[in-house]
Parts: sequence; structure tokens; C-alpha cells
Amino acid sequence: MINLRGVQKTFRGRDGAAVEALRDISLDVAPGEFVAIVGASGCGKSTLLRLVAGLVPASSGQVILDGAPVTEPRTDTAMVFQAATLLPWADVLRNVTFPMRLMHRHDATIDDKARALLATAGLNGFETKLPRELSGGMQQRVAICRALLQEPRVLLMDEPFGALDALTREEMSLELLRLWSTRQMAVIFVTHSISEAILLADRVVVMSPRPGRIADIINVALPRPRAFEQEGTEEFQRCAAHIRSLIFQGRSAHAA
Amino acid sequence: MRPDRKARLLASLPAWGATIALFLVWEISVHVFQIREFILPAPSAIWQACIGVWPNLLGHSMATLGTVLMGFFASVIISLPLAMLIASSPTISAAIYPLLVITQSIPKVALAPILIVALGANEMPRIIVTFLVAFFPLVVSSVAGLLAVPPELIELGRACRAGRFQELLRIRLPFAVPFVFGGLKVAAALSVVGAVVAEFVGADAGLGYLIQTSMAFFRTPLAFGAVVVLAIMGIVLFQAVALAERLLFPWSSSVEGTNKAAG
Repeated sequence: MINLRGVQKTFRGRDGAAVEALRDISLDVAPGEFVAIVGASGCGKSTLLRLVAGLVPASSGQVILDGAPVTEPRTDTAMVFQAATLLPWADVLRNVTFPMRLMHRHDATIDDKARALLATAGLNGFETKLPRELSGGMQQRVAICRALLQEPRVLLMDEPFGALDALTREEMSLELLRLWSTRQMAVIFVTHSISEAILLADRVVVMSPRPGRIADIINVALPRPRAFEQEGTEEFQRCAAHIRSLIFQGRSAHAA
Repeated sequence: MRPDRKARLLASLPAWGATIALFLVWEISVHVFQIREFILPAPSAIWQACIGVWPNLLGHSMATLGTVLMGFFASVIISLPLAMLIASSPTISAAIYPLLVITQSIPKVALAPILIVALGANEMPRIIVTFLVAFFPLVVSSVAGLLAVPPELIELGRACRAGRFQELLRIRLPFAVPFVFGGLKVAAALSVVGAVVAEFVGADAGLGYLIQTSMAFFRTPLAFGAVVVLAIMGIVLFQAVALAERLLFPWSSSVEGTNKAAG
């Protein structure tokens, strides 16, 4: 459903010089597929997400969603950022329904849907709390609920658990898988963590930096539902070793 | 609500204690060192001078309060749209900001007589001087607030296909509220300063006028009384803005607190 065809993105830096962020990116994501993107800082992972979201245009090549080129943000894609970026003045329920209000898709049923969604995310009874009354993990849950309420066909996640502590992070990963498994929704998940990528994804896209390119795409042949016990399996270790070698090989080549 | 109010009352106790102590030291010093009244009157002498002419003092206070409020509201009405305009584009910002800085570098006392000749001896030049003294911090802090929105929140708005007006109304303006109130508090205090500056130069009523005429006849206690009334006016206006913030935007005062703690 998502097709990237030879996408290239060049930014104009502050000094006027052109900076090539992405070069020759070609990638197909199937409906309902979970794709993780890993790579060192500055390899254009976030830019790639924003291209798919329609927030920035490609310099050349094409981003196609359901057969149509993406030229502007669409209502069937939703985004989750590293920071929860909740509205400090609105309570949890109003934060979750905020995008629907902005898109004029807010009707009588939305509040009930939001409440049900919050309950499945373990936020029952927090509807009237303000963001500052919640922990970091809970804030990010609210941000994920905010994205899911739009019933997106594509969920774009930019290091969503990057600001959380390790334990909360593991808990949230499994919860995300649970929420994803009950809906028809493709996920593109940007992360720094190799093990997080393998645990979550059907395929892991490894990117190399300056300019950002796809080094390789690894199929993760682990059965679902996934669990942390699978980290001990041979398949998990094989994937991890392969990804690590791709990232560090790229680094040593760059250094040389 | 109750324990909250009690906590605030407790927190204000040291300020009350210090103020009372200051007045006590003042009163005692004047008597002990036998300072002459036209140089430094005792608080009791100030009180007596004020009580003696209280309808007169009230009239002057009302005149000043009128100028202060009109100047303050003029600042609000002009500053907020101006801030939105400045925040909307770097080009507009680059064009307007130097002009604003020029208005701030002109001494308002120098401007007041010119304005009175140009606009006549009425309320208008005093309101304009008050406005000129008060509006600048409000513009600056409002602009800072409008530009302090996290870029992800702007992206969220764009991802939801919100136009620039929606973005301003539903994201930028609410986000700027704690900053705007920071500016409003400064503007409220400065409005009192501005009004008195204007009254020194050209007025036939008001506390600034009262101070000048009292001092011309060495009626120092009454002049001091006018100063005390001005101080109270400034404090009350400041607290009124703080109260409005707490009532209208309960989330705002704590947001500002956390921002300050973080910075």
C-alpha cells in the first residue's frame, strides 16, 4: 500500500549549501505490515517518516499511498513523536480527541470511542487529568491513543519510546503489538534500538548515514505473538548480528 | 480549593511581616532621630494627612486609575494582534521590531509635552504615554509564547490538515497563554508608572498631579500618601491579573512555573 520509488530528499542548509538527507530510497510496505527502521543518527529516518506523512515533499522520486502520490498530509495516516507533545491546557480526553476536532471529524460517538481506547491502553479513570499529572509513559500512551483514534491505515512512529526508561519501554512495546494486532494498520517504526526493532517488526530496514540510504532489509521470521523470551532464539540473534554488522560496517567504511 | 487557599495565605505571611516591620522601623526612626516632617514624615503623619482630605485623595486616585486602566487596555488591544503579526513571519518581525525598540528608547517624559501640544490637554495624551510605557514587555512575551510551541505540535496540526488560522487559534494562542499573562503582569505594573509620568507633565487631576502640587507647598505627608496609594494600585492590578489567570486558565500558572524551573 505504501510504495517509495527512488525517493531522494535534499535540504537547503542554513548556510545555503545543499544537504542530501535521503538517496534512492525504494521500499514497499504491505497493508497491516509492521516495518521498523534502524540506523545511526543522521541517516534520515525521521525525514523518511515525514515524507510518508506528506509533511515534506520529496526532491525527486515518488511516495505512493494506495496508488496515489502523497503531496499533502492525509487523514488516514497518523503520527507519534518521541515527545508526547500533548496540549498542556487540555485534559487527557480532549487531547486524544484533538486531531478529530481539527479534522472536523468530531461527533457524538468519538468521546465514547476515545474512552474505550484509553481503557484498553490502561488509562481508565485518567480522562479528566491534565498531561502534567501523568508520568512520561502514560503521556506517551495518550499520544498513541490520540493517533489510534483516527483509525489510521498507516501509523508512523518516530522513536516513540526513546524518552522512556528501559522497563516502561519493554512494557509499551508489547502493548503496542497488542493494539496493532487487533487492527488493520501498517506501522512504520523508527528506532535506535536493534532489539526493539526485531521484537516488533515483520521487516527491519537498516539505513546508513550521509546520505541516508537503505543498506539492507531483514525479514524477521519469528512467530507472533512476540514475547521477550524470543530474544534467546537463534533467529533473533541472527537478525541482531546481521543488523549490527550492517550498521558498524557502514561506520568503519565512513571513518576510513 | 480550601487547603490551596490556606497554603497561599501562609506563603504570603513573610511579605506581610516584612512590610509591617518596615513601617514600624520607619515610624520609630522618625521619632527617635526627630526627622523633620517635610523631609521624611512618619507613617502616622501620612495617615493623618490623607484622612483629613480623603474625598480629595479619592478623586485624584480615581482619575489616575482611569488613565491606568485605559492605557492598560490599549496595551492589551494593540499588543496581542501586533504579537500575532510579528510571530506570523520573520520578514514582518524584522520590519516591526526595530520600530518597537525605537519607541522604547525614547524617554516618555520627553514625549509627553509634545503629545499634549499635538493632542490637546485632555485624557488622550496621558493614555498614549501610559500605553507607550506598558505595551512593550507584553508584545515581547506574547511573541515569545507564540514562537515557543514545540515543532512536533505544529507538525501534528499540519498532519491533521489544520490551516494557518486553525493553527494559530487552537495551538499557538493557547500555548502562549502563560507567556501572555507574564507580560500582562508587567504591563499592569508599568501602566501605573506611565500614568504618573503623564500626569507630572500635563494634568489637572490625578495622583501624579497631587504629588507635584503637594510638594510645591511642602506638604510632604500628602505626597507620600499619594505614593502609597500608587503602590497599592500597582499591587492590586498585578494581583488582579494573576487572579484572572488562575480563574480563567487554571493550568497556566503551573505551566509557567515548570518552564521557569526547567530554564
